[in-house]
Order: sequence, then C-alpha cells, then structure tokens
Amino acid sequence: MNQPSRTAVRPVVEAALARVNASQPTLQAFQHIATQRALAHADALDRADAPTGPLHGLPVALKDNMVARGIITTAGSKILEGYQSPYDATVVTRLEAAGAVIIGTTRCDEFAMGSSTENCAYGPAHNPWDLTRTPGGSSGGSAAAVAAGLVPLALGSDTGGSIRQPAALCGVVGVKPTYGRVSRYGLIAFASSLDQIGPFARSTREAAQMLEVISGHDAHDSTSARQPVPAFTQSLNGDVTHIKIGVPRHLITTDVDDEVRGAFEASLDVARSLGAEIHEVELPYTPQGIAVYYLVATAEASANLARFDGVRYGLRATGARTLGEMYEQSRHDGFGAEVKRRIMLGTYVLSAGYYDAYYLKAQQVRTLIARDYTRAFETVDVIALPTSPCAAFRLGERADNPLQMYLADVFTVGANLAGLPGISVPCGFTAAGLPIGLQFISRPWEEATMLRMADAYEAATPFSARVYAGSEDPAS
Amino acid sequence: MASRLEQDDVDRVATLARLALTPAEREQFARQLTDVLGYVEQVQQVDTTGIPATSHPLWTDSAWRGDVPQASLPTSEALANAPDANTDAGLFRVPKVIG
Repeated sequence: MNQPSRTAVRPVVEAALARVNASQPTLQAFQHIATQRALAHADALDRADAPTGPLHGLPVALKDNMVARGIITTAGSKILEGYQSPYDATVVTRLEAAGAVIIGTTRCDEFAMGSSTENCAYGPAHNPWDLTRTPGGSSGGSAAAVAAGLVPLALGSDTGGSIRQPAALCGVVGVKPTYGRVSRYGLIAFASSLDQIGPFARSTREAAQMLEVISGHDAHDSTSARQPVPAFTQSLNGDVTHIKIGVPRHLITTDVDDEVRGAFEASLDVARSLGAEIHEVELPYTPQGIAVYYLVATAEASANLARFDGVRYGLRATGARTLGEMYEQSRHDGFGAEVKRRIMLGTYVLSAGYYDAYYLKAQQVRTLIARDYTRAFETVDVIALPTSPCAAFRLGERADNPLQMYLADVFTVGANLAGLPGISVPCGFTAAGLPIGLQFISRPWEEATMLRMADAYEAATPFSARVYAGSEDPAS
Repeated sequence: MASRLEQDDVDRVATLARLALTPAEREQFARQLTDVLGYVEQVQQVDTTGIPATSHPLWTDSAWRGDVPQASLPTSEALANAPDANTDAGLFRVPKVIG
C-alpha cells in the first residue's frame, strides 16, 4: 500500500466520495456517506507534521453494523433508522489511529442476517459484475464497494460466512479472523459466540495490512484475546513449499455448481505447482454444520436482539397503551421478516421443553465439528474449500425460500463454529463472467499461514488483478 | 420429536419474544419454521453421549479488566437516541407499566 507519504489526503478522499456518489444510483453499496466527517478528517491528516500510520489517507468503509460518532448506523434495520452512536467502535479508533479515513457505511442484511443483502430494510446492494445479481451477504455492500474500486479497503463482519461469501461473489479478498482476534466493541451483536470483524481488499497483502491494524486485545471486549499480533504482511514471502493443504472432498458434493468445482480443482493444481502438498482430510461432522449454526446463531440472536424495545434508542410504535404493548408493537414494526423468523426460531429452541433437544444438542454437535478441524490440523496446515457452492445469484431468485438460502452457507459456517480464521480469494470466473472464490482455513491464531498461501496463490494466478469493467483503481 | 409448528405454538413463541404478529405472519412463520425445524432436527440423530457443550470457541482465558471507575457518557448523550426522554430529569419515558 505504498501511498506516497505526503500526498495530500483531501483530494484522495474527495475522489473516493465522488466515486461513491456516482455509483449509488446503480450499485447502492453505501448506506450512509459521511462526507463532512471524512473531509474534516482528511484536512486534519493534511495538517499533521508526519504521516499518521500505515493506512495514512486511505478511504475505508464500515459495514452498517459498526458504530462511529457522527455516523448513522442502522444495521440495515428500520428499528435503528437514524441511530447516531455516542461512541466509536474499537475498529474505528484503530483504523483512524493508523491514518485511515472513514467515508461511510455499507449496505448489509438486517442485523447481518442473510446471504444477499436482500434482507436490508433500505433495499439491496448490487453486484458490480452484474447489477441484476446479489453481491452476496451479509457484508455485500462492503464487498461491492471494494470490487467496484470505490474504496481500497472495507470492513465486514462474519457470523456464518458474511465476509467470505460476498468476497467470493464480488471477486475480492475477504478475511474472517480467529474468534477473539479483533475487538467487537461497537459491533452491533448478532450471535456473540460466532461474530468476528474482518477486512475486504483487492489483494491479500492489503487485507493483511488492514488486519494487522485492527487486531489485538481490547479492554472493552471481554472476548477479545490476549494474543500477540504478528506482522501479517511480513509472512507473505511467497514460499508455500512446506504447506500441507487438506481437502475434505467428501463435502464437495453434486450440490456444488460444476464451474465452482472446476475452478476449485484447478486452484489445487496451482497450489501443487507452487510446491504445496495436497492431502485428503475427513471432517465427518461438518455436514451437520448448517443445522448447528442455525440453532446456535438464532438462539444467541433472540437474546441479543431483546435490547431493541423502543425505550433507549430506535423506533417506537405510537398508540400503545401499556409498556408490554409498546415493546411488542415496536418490534413488530421495526424488524423485517427474516429477523422475526430468526428471533422466533431462537426463542423456540431456547424455550422450556425444547432447550435440551435443540440448543444443548446443537452445542454438543458443535464440539464434534470443532474436533473435526482439530484432528485435521494434526496432519495439515490449511484446509481448502470452495467459499460458496455457486456464483452470484439473481436478486429476488431465492428470496421466498429461507431454507434454500441457509444451505448455501455449507462451506463457511464451520470456521465460525470452531472459531477458526478463514480467507476467500478470487480463483476464477464462470462462463457468464461471474467471480468464483477459493477458501483457506487455518489453525486458531495462525492467520499468517492462510494469508501466505492465499498471497502466493494470488501471485500465480490472474484472477485478483481482473477488475470489473468501468472501475477505477482506488489507490491511484 | 414432532416438529410441526401450529399457530398456537407460533403465538406462544411470539409472546416470549415480545413480538406482535399479523395473521399473515402467523401463518407464514408456522409454515417456514416447520420447514427449518424439519431440517435442523438432524442434529438429534448424532450420538453425543459424554460430549461437552461448546458455548464459546477457543475460550482460554477470561479477559478481566480492573474494577476501576471510569468516565461514562453524559446523561444528555445517553438519552439522545431515545424516542421519548425527559432530559431535565435524566429519564427514559415509557407508557404506563401497571394498568
């Protein structure tokens, strides 16, 4: 990211804002554009005596479920329409300390619940490669913004694949760090044992740089770990000759599109030609992943979303005669259909008489899934999988079938359930010209290994360099 | 376990979740949640004898912080997003609790 250290920041930020504004009518990647805040920050950086940090002057976007002073955060929900946080998320503080300029928030599925951004109460974002298609989700706006060259870097959050899947569908790099690597203070909670913030970028190197900036323990988040943060960019040395890649072929069934399967197999050949070793691994309980995920995530969501009650912030229904009626009506009016569905499912599986059969059972099977990975990592260093079983689908195509939408998370939920880091890198295109993603998963705290593998793969293939027609290079 | 959700079940869960539903939503959720439960019930086929539950992945240490008083938000900022607040008294206002 060799930004010349004393290039004026203001013109860079103005150009990014102009690109964002020009793209909005068609792409709808942004939810809130923080023009005044961004320009004021740019001017402050220009007045400073020295470059502020490794991201000096780079325009970045936040997913619309992360808070910052002076920015409206809605989490894609009517229930938070107009909400202005009185504090900054830790990732915002760290990005700004590194010199990055927050230019706005990007569209996402409501409370990050979805795989397409179609559950956003304000309308979906679009895929820059084909505007009739989804950018993926839930962090679809961030993926689209980076893919379209509006910003070089953006943040997303990943609860069951919500960074990696849109990265794959938009042809960019997306990283889900180890659970506990990045503070979630200021992230609007969806499922607290699964949520993790991570970067989007056009290259693994830039994503690694951003990850380095946002990682590390934070006293404001008791789940953030006291683990040393390696210099991730320094691990990108191109040498993957000792890396053992595990491939769970039994998971790659006929439900995976032929073109995705073809690109995946070709990517393994590339890895082999770089000197990596390919080994078969078994993850026997992983086919239960979707079921476990939708039990655990909805249970946690039903508790986390109890805070939206029309008292302290957000929408309040008018005309209620009692406090109870006000709660029920505000939540009815404020939440969209998918959020209601998940709150209902989560409440049901936690309710008396069902807790043991659903929630407790899911937590036990979660242990078995985590053990699958622990066992596999005794013999291999990274696990390779397709990121998504299909390329970007058309907006509206799956909106009526929640279960079908859930099943597409098959390759991504495992890393969340086991707390592992994962990365998606571009690995090809369909005949229709849509990007395909390749996923590497590492041991806990060993992001460096998957980043090194992804970076070497990227250098050996042309896919990350391919830019959708009409975009500009955001770093120029 | 029988997993067909009737509209009565939907009503019971909606009450627990403090969620008002329209008749159309009750009907739709009964159907869709029955579908999803039918799928997720596969976990009940897995033998989990003696397997501990995972509530947090990688739970190695509790990151305690010192019990030291710190500056907090001024009341005006804490109330600024409230749909109805009495800023003079420093209170959130709600409809009456007891009828």
